[in-house]
Amino acid sequence: MVGAACALYTARAGLDVVIVDRGPVSGGTTGAGEGNLLVSDKEPGPELDLALLSGRLWAQLAEELGELGEVIEYEAKGGLVVASTPDGLAALERFADEQRAAGVVAGPVQDGALYDLEPHLAPDLPGGVYYPQDCQVMPALAAAHLVRVSGARLLTGCTVTDVLLKTDGTVQGIRTDRGDILAPTVVNAAGTWGGEVAALAGVTLPVLPRRGFVLVTEPLPRLVRHKVYAADYVADVASDSAALQTSPVVEGTAAGPVLIGASRERVGFDREFSLPVVRALAAGATQLFPFLSDVHAMRSYLGFRPYMPDHLPAIGPDPRVPGLVHACGHEGAGIGLATGTGHLIAQLLGGKTPDLDPAPFRPDRFPELPEEEDA
Amino acid sequence: MNSPLDLADAHPGPAFTVTLDGRVIEALPGQTVAAVLWTAGVTSWRTTRGAGRPRGIFCGIGVCYDCLVTVNDRPNQRACLVPAHPGDAIRTQEGTGHDD
Repeated sequence: MVGAACALYTARAGLDVVIVDRGPVSGGTTGAGEGNLLVSDKEPGPELDLALLSGRLWAQLAEELGELGEVIEYEAKGGLVVASTPDGLAALERFADEQRAAGVVAGPVQDGALYDLEPHLAPDLPGGVYYPQDCQVMPALAAAHLVRVSGARLLTGCTVTDVLLKTDGTVQGIRTDRGDILAPTVVNAAGTWGGEVAALAGVTLPVLPRRGFVLVTEPLPRLVRHKVYAADYVADVASDSAALQTSPVVEGTAAGPVLIGASRERVGFDREFSLPVVRALAAGATQLFPFLSDVHAMRSYLGFRPYMPDHLPAIGPDPRVPGLVHACGHEGAGIGLATGTGHLIAQLLGGKTPDLDPAPFRPDRFPELPEEEDA
Repeated sequence: MNSPLDLADAHPGPAFTVTLDGRVIEALPGQTVAAVLWTAGVTSWRTTRGAGRPRGIFCGIGVCYDCLVTVNDRPNQRACLVPAHPGDAIRTQEGTGHDD
């Protein structure tokens, strides 16, 4: 999705763009997510600023595209974060206060109001926080339509095998299994595989896969109206642990099925189905929404988030290789952050002052070699 | 000599009955709900949730979720996989099957 958005905004800025994708459109992490455009799970800082910018751009796009906004299932549905204990609620409200200061709209939800928003939530929950800026799209459709309206040339099933450099070390183009493409600028939007593309240019970018499962129910009438998740989710997203973490995230979709997440674990690119993980997802979701215990789970899918050690994406020119630009490493937020990322990339390539300071996203902010233990 | 039973040289146990929207129809042990419905000449038992178009068996092997049907008040059962049991109340299904 980030690549599609980069193509759209750079093409609109007047650049001649070729998209090279090893697989089909949405064949990687984009097609394996839920399509969340969230501000609610982000603490104040550069990622939240990027999320707020991206949210405005998504809304603009949906409006510009008119019917296409419907086609990509853009829904300004709002997010509801639910606490399970009074202490949890107090912590959640403190977090929301900080977010408000950074420009997030967050409304306290107490007692009965919780059940006005979500009538089928488990009884006796103390409350939560409502985030009207949280939205959703159908990510595979959104990526495909962004590519189409960008007008960029699209090469699918085409693998980048090398980044070509001139003798002075600047980018000359790329080599693919279907020939060379010469270009003064190469944008690395390879998501979870962004580290591999960076390595082709001789630089390191520490992108690691963080696996997640989604459980899909049978189609249902609208019983879950918002994106609803437990307060623990925010802590899981921000965690650095490689071990399995699950926290319930439940949302209805325009097509009817309810999507149930979210698990996080760093197990490499292991595509093996995991019964313990989807069991934990189902258990968490039925705790939030007891009616789900009578609902069939039809299938599950999994994907690999592009995890960065400091949870921030790499966006912008790589000073180590002039002409190489990165736009990857958005972990689980790549759909939401795609528009802002594409917009910033277009501004940076066009020599304009970017709407956000890109310094926190510098791709060369990591040590070149793995850190050594203190002797 | 070209009925499916003859072709497979099958000797099923005694027939039993189930109901489709209250109408009594005959079934053989081991048949799936889809096989029972086809045997009764019924090829469509669900309408889609968007345009209300008719649906029945498509893949027949549990993959496509096109043949969904309500059995004993549980909606969205795959007719091609669920075995029929004596007295099963099979109902045609509209939309999600959840009275939406």
